[in-house]
Parts: sequence; C-alpha cells; structure tokens
Amino acid sequence: MVQYNFKKITVVPNGKDFVDIILSRTQRKTPTVVHKGYAISRLRQFYMRKVKYTQQNFHEKLSTIIDEFPRLDDIHPFYGDLLHVLYNKDHYKLALGQINTARNLISKIAKDYVKLLKYGDSLYRCKCLKVAALGRMCTVIKRIAPSLAYLEQIRQHMARLPSIDPNTRTILICGYPNVGKSSFINKITRADVDVQPYAFTTKSLFVGHTDYKYLRYQVIDTPGILDRPFEDRNIIEMCSITALAHLRAAVLFFLDISGSCGYSIAQQAALFHSIKSLFLNKPLIIVCNKTDLQPLEGISEEDKKLVMEMKAEAMKTVIGQGGESMDDLGVLLTMSTLTEEGVIAVKNAACERLLDQRVELKMKSKKINDCLNRFHVAIPKPRDQKERPPCIPQAVLEAKAKEAAEKEKRKTERDLEDENGGAGVYSASLKKNYILANDEWKEDIMPEIMDGHNVYDFIDPDILHRLEELEQEDGLRQAEEDDDDFEIDGKELTPEEQKALAEIRKKKSLLIQQHRVKKSTAESRPIVPRKFDKDRRFTTERMGRQLSSLGLDPTLAINRARSQSRGRKRVRSPDRGADDVVDMDVDTPNKKLRIRSRSRSRSKSRPPGEVVPGEGFKDSTQKIKAVKLAKKSAKKRNKDARRGEADRVIPTLKPKHLFSGKRSTGKTDRR
Amino acid sequence: MRIEKCWFCSSAVYPGHGIQFVRNDAKIFRFCRSKCHKNFKMKRNPRKVKWTKAYRRLHGKDMTQDSTFEFERRRNRPERYDRNVTENTLKAIKTIDKVRSRRESKHIERRKKGKKGQQMREAVKELEQSISLVKAPAILREDPSLTLPKIMVKVSQAQESQRMEE
Repeated sequence: MVQYNFKKITVVPNGKDFVDIILSRTQRKTPTVVHKGYAISRLRQFYMRKVKYTQQNFHEKLSTIIDEFPRLDDIHPFYGDLLHVLYNKDHYKLALGQINTARNLISKIAKDYVKLLKYGDSLYRCKCLKVAALGRMCTVIKRIAPSLAYLEQIRQHMARLPSIDPNTRTILICGYPNVGKSSFINKITRADVDVQPYAFTTKSLFVGHTDYKYLRYQVIDTPGILDRPFEDRNIIEMCSITALAHLRAAVLFFLDISGSCGYSIAQQAALFHSIKSLFLNKPLIIVCNKTDLQPLEGISEEDKKLVMEMKAEAMKTVIGQGGESMDDLGVLLTMSTLTEEGVIAVKNAACERLLDQRVELKMKSKKINDCLNRFHVAIPKPRDQKERPPCIPQAVLEAKAKEAAEKEKRKTERDLEDENGGAGVYSASLKKNYILANDEWKEDIMPEIMDGHNVYDFIDPDILHRLEELEQEDGLRQAEEDDDDFEIDGKELTPEEQKALAEIRKKKSLLIQQHRVKKSTAESRPIVPRKFDKDRRFTTERMGRQLSSLGLDPTLAINRARSQSRGRKRVRSPDRGADDVVDMDVDTPNKKLRIRSRSRSRSKSRPPGEVVPGEGFKDSTQKIKAVKLAKKSAKKRNKDARRGEADRVIPTLKPKHLFSGKRSTGKTDRR
Repeated sequence: MRIEKCWFCSSAVYPGHGIQFVRNDAKIFRFCRSKCHKNFKMKRNPRKVKWTKAYRRLHGKDMTQDSTFEFERRRNRPERYDRNVTENTLKAIKTIDKVRSRRESKHIERRKKGKKGQQMREAVKELEQSISLVKAPAILREDPSLTLPKIMVKVSQAQESQRMEE
C-alpha cells in the first residue's frame, strides 16, 4: 500500500534548482531561433509557446509534489497521528497548501500573458511579455522556497520511517526508559536495536518480525515513556503514545523489578495507571524483566502490592474479552533478557493472547460466515467392527516377487566388468551375443581390407558360381586373342612393293600440292590454254619422261605429238623444189627435227619486244609499251640526293593573289 | 574401415591418409594427397588432367567396361557373417584381381600396337588401287606384280655407231 511506503515520493527540489530546471527545459525543448523578419503570427506563436510550456512544466512538477505527499486525513490514523507528532500536521498542511496556491498562480499568470501576447505587434514587445511572464512565475516559486525546503526534509525523514502495517498482528512493547524493551526485541526478532545504559537510547519506533504458529507477527519497540502529564510529553514519547493509541496490538508492559533502570517500581506502577486507558481492548501482559538481578519473590511488600494491582488491571482486560479466566501465567510473566529465561514464554503468551483476540473478533464479524461454510473435514463413521485392509490382486504380488528374484539372479555386464578388474582392465566382449548360423564363428576375425579392396564389397553368397563363369569367359577370350594376334602378322609387303607404295604416295602428294596451288590462285590467274605454254612446261620430253617412268615406250607418242604440233616456218633449201611435196611426208619429219634441234642447240635470250603467244599482247609495240609502263610504275630509288617528287615544289614564286589587293586589317609591307 | 576412392585421381585412400572435404550441399570429396586436393581447389576438371584415371578412362587409354568390375559393388545393407562365404570371397578376390589386371594389360597392349594391322591392310589396298599411277595398265597386264616397272632407256643406233667410229 502506497501510503505506508513513503520511500517512493519524488525528490522536492529547492526553489533555485526548481526554477533552473524548468527554465533550462524550456530553453532546450522549444525552438530558439526567431528573427524579426518573420510573420507576426509566427512571432506571437513562438513566444506564446514558451510561456505555455513553462507553465505546463511548473504545473506538472507541483502537481506531482502535491499528489505524492500523503494527506493526513486519508491515511490510517496511526500514520496520521505519527506524522502529526513528528512534523506537525498544521505546518505540513500549510506547506502543501502553499504549493497548491503557487500552482494556481502560475496558471493564472500564464493565461494572462498569453492573452496579452495575442496582441503583441513586434518581436521586441512579444519578447518583453514573455520575459515578464517567466519572471513572474519564477518569483512565485522563489516565494514558496521555504515550503519546498521543509517538504524535502519531511520527505527524507518519512522515507526512513519503519514500515508498520497497522492491520496485521502486532505486539507492542512499552514501559519506562531502560527497562529492557529493546533487548527483548533483539532477542525475539532479527531487529538490531541499539541497547545502551542511558535513557532514551531508542528515539523512535522500531519494527521487528517474529513467527509463531506459522504466522508472522510485528513486534514494535517504542521509546521509553516517562510519567508526565500528557501536554508535557516530548515528540519521542508521543510516538509511543500514538502507537499505543492506534494500533490494535497486544501490549507488553515492561516492569523492571530490580530498579536498575533508575526508576522504582512505584514510579513504574504510577505510569501504568496513567496510561492504562490506552490498554482498552488490547490483550495486556505485564512482564517483569531483569529477574536475574532481583527475582519476583524477593521484592518488598509494597512493591508486590503494586504489582498485584497492575495484574488485577491486566486481568480485567482479559476477562473483559474472552470470559475465560486465565491464571497468573497468562498475565504476569517474569523473564530476564540477559539470561534469556522466560523470553520465549513471554513471546508465546503474547502471541497466543493476540491470536485468540483476533480470532474472536473475526468470528463475531459477518465476513467470517462466508468462509466458515467452506470448511468441512469429512470423516466416515465406522459402520461396524469389520476390518477392511487394502486389496492387492494375487498376480501382481507374484510378479513383484519374481521381479525381485530376477534382479538378483541375472548377472549384468557391469558386474562382469567389476569382477574382471574394472573399467580400464576389462573390455566387454561385444561378439558374445551374436546370432550366427554356426556358433563357432563368433570369435572370427574377418579382414576388412585385402589387396587394396574392401572385402565387404565382394561378399556374395554365390560368388563361386560367378567366379566359374568368369573363368570360362576368360578362357574363351584368351583363345580369341591368340587368333587375332596370328592374323595380324600375315600381311606384309615386300620391299619392291613398299617402294612402289612410296612412289604412289609421293605422286599423290605432288598432285595434291599442284591442285592446291592451282586452287588458291584460280581466281586471280587467267586460265590460259595449254597451247600458249609460256614456261615451256608441256614439252614432248616431259611426256617422254613420264611415259617411260610408267614403263611404256614413249617414242611413238613423241613422234606423233611432234608431227601434230604447229611447226615453224620451213627453211627453204635450194635443192628442194619438186621434192618438197613428195618428200614432205617422209623426209620432213627428219629435216624438221634436225632444224629444230640445230636452232635450239644454242641457247639465247629472247629479244625484249618479242611477243610470246600466251601473254596476251597484240604485237610487239604493245608489249614494249606495257613493259615501259611497268618499269615506270616501279621507279628506282633516288640515291643521288637530287630533288625528287616528294620534295616541296613552289609552282609559282609570286602568285598574284598574295601580292595584290588591299588588306582589311594590317599592313601590306609584309606579304 | 574402408578404402575410399580419391575423387580426383581415383586412387585408393587408405584409412589415416588424405583429406575429406564436405561441401555445403553435403557432398563429400575425398582426396588421397595434397596434390589432388590442390588441383581440386584450383577447380580443375579431372577429366582433363592427363594423369588421372578419369581422363584415362574417358579417352580409352584404360579399360572401362568389363565383367570383373561388377564383382566389386558397394553394399549398404550388412550381410550376416558366414565363414564359408567369407573364405570363398577372399579366394575369389585374388583370382578376380589377376583376371582383371591381365585384361587391363591386354587392353593397353592392343591399344599400343593396334594401328599396325590396320595400316598394313590399308597399304595393301592403296597399292592395289593406285598402282596405275606408277605403272601403265598395259605393263600391268603383262607383269601383274605390284612393283615399279622397269624403265627402258632407248639409245639411238646412229649415235652408237658414231661413237664407235670415233
């Protein structure tokens, strides 16, 4: 519950810091740049935004402060009173009220200035308005600075208050200062309260927690109370009074029997009687502490009488509640925190009493009736005296028995391993349980690799059969191969035949070469008929050679060819005349041969102009012209350093167009 | 324990040798030595690298199809151990090996000398067909042997007598 956790209140900044925070935020979060050239609406908007933003931030922060601080009327009266005792309710309320008014003031300021800004007509005026607005807001905050400081202090103190739940089971410890309250709480709880010989060591309430019957109890240690009139009590005492007044708790009134606290039993009894009004409706136990110094039996008569009076009072409270009369032990207890005797008894008694009271109260209230209906433990009533034990079928019993027996009989591999020397020494035989056709084979070592092959790849039940087939096939193949070899060696050529073959191949390659040459130049060369044989390739001698190489006699062919070839001009001889016609058929062949051979016996070069049939010239003049042209086209290199074609030539040294006429710009003395 | 095949050169990778590369698509490449591994990393195609079995098989240098290859087949289902079968298998492996290696060497032999017979036959045929290029048919009719004809050089009588006179 938020109310009892005052640690979550946000920090209240002091006046100056508050202003700084808000103004810097405005600076950062709103646009900062504005020029006087902007549209007026834009300027107004700019400054209005700043004013509004500042107001909003102030509003927010102040609202959080107001909301987070607890309202004393809304929280549990115990806390209300406690805060009042500590901080003065009025002062507290005033401070918060001031904050509230400040908030409203700031809102009003902002509203007014925004209204004024709507009619600002220049940048300067708007700016002044904004400055004024922010200034006023800051002054408001400056005025409430002391309230802020006060609230901050309160907040810090409140955060350190002990977290007491007023509605749960509580045990309250009260009494004079120095009677042993704090040492008691140290004993029964994990609280670590200061225990010192001087009075008022405990200056505020302390909480500890203890358990009893699976329930958690709060134990509250109070500062010592002095016997004074109510008005004179200081703040510290008031704390304990408040606690007494508001918390529904079991009260343990501590009595120092020995008087070592500095106060006599009479004084303590007087105190008791003065605050007994606060013990109404609370289970009260009177605890006599420090019995190690002075046992209860050993006190004086008067003191005993006082104690009995107190006990009587306490009994009243008891009787008032339950109607059950309790004996002395429930009301008056002795203990010693130093020796720890009776401490637990006291605690138990207190817890028990408190629990009873709370349960009674709950039972009386209406709420319990809803829960009560749900509690019911049903126990079947025995019908007759027959015994009815649990029933287990026989089969199950037998099976269980068998299992047990089996577990003992069978030997596990583990046991075997342990017998034979343990994990490192014995390695289990994995082949023991193999299922094979023949049990002798269990321990066989089979090779996995042989001769570079994986044996597994070859395994086949009918491998022998296949092997036989393979061998047969192999035999057949061998036979075939032998035949083949024999055949191949049969054919051989004799050396003459080889020569003939070589000749044939040579001739073939020659033909191919010639054909290739012809083919490649076919388009660029003219096809000249053979009769115009310029290079004198197709001669009868050649024919004769070729025919004789074939093995034939060429003479007849040569003669025939010569007779049929175009002859030269016949050389007339004087003694010829009539015989010519007659002799032509017989003699002229011989004559022609002779003449031919004679004319050819001397080799001489042809005259340059001579037209050879096959060249394509009409007559010798044409040929000479062509030759000249050819020579000209391929000119000789000029090695005499004479001026050639490629050297610059100025055809006219004084061209007219360069040496006459007027110029548009420039002089004419240089042309 | 298996002898694997090197992916690159197809040689045997014994246990404890070589490198195995597993690609993203879970294909496993085994290499017998770093030479093959490095070639693979260079993305060379074993079918183009002369010394690998893949090349040799592809280009017909080594025997590709044979019945002896069918004996060695990778079995993925294990067979129950049978001593007799194993014995027979072990013996069979040896003979199969012998047969296979003999056939392979024969193949290589044939390959090496194969052309001669063919060439011989071709030569004979060529000779028969083209003998007319070097020997006139008339002469061939007289002398049917497939050899070069005898060239006759005619010396004129007149010249001879002149020489004799001189």
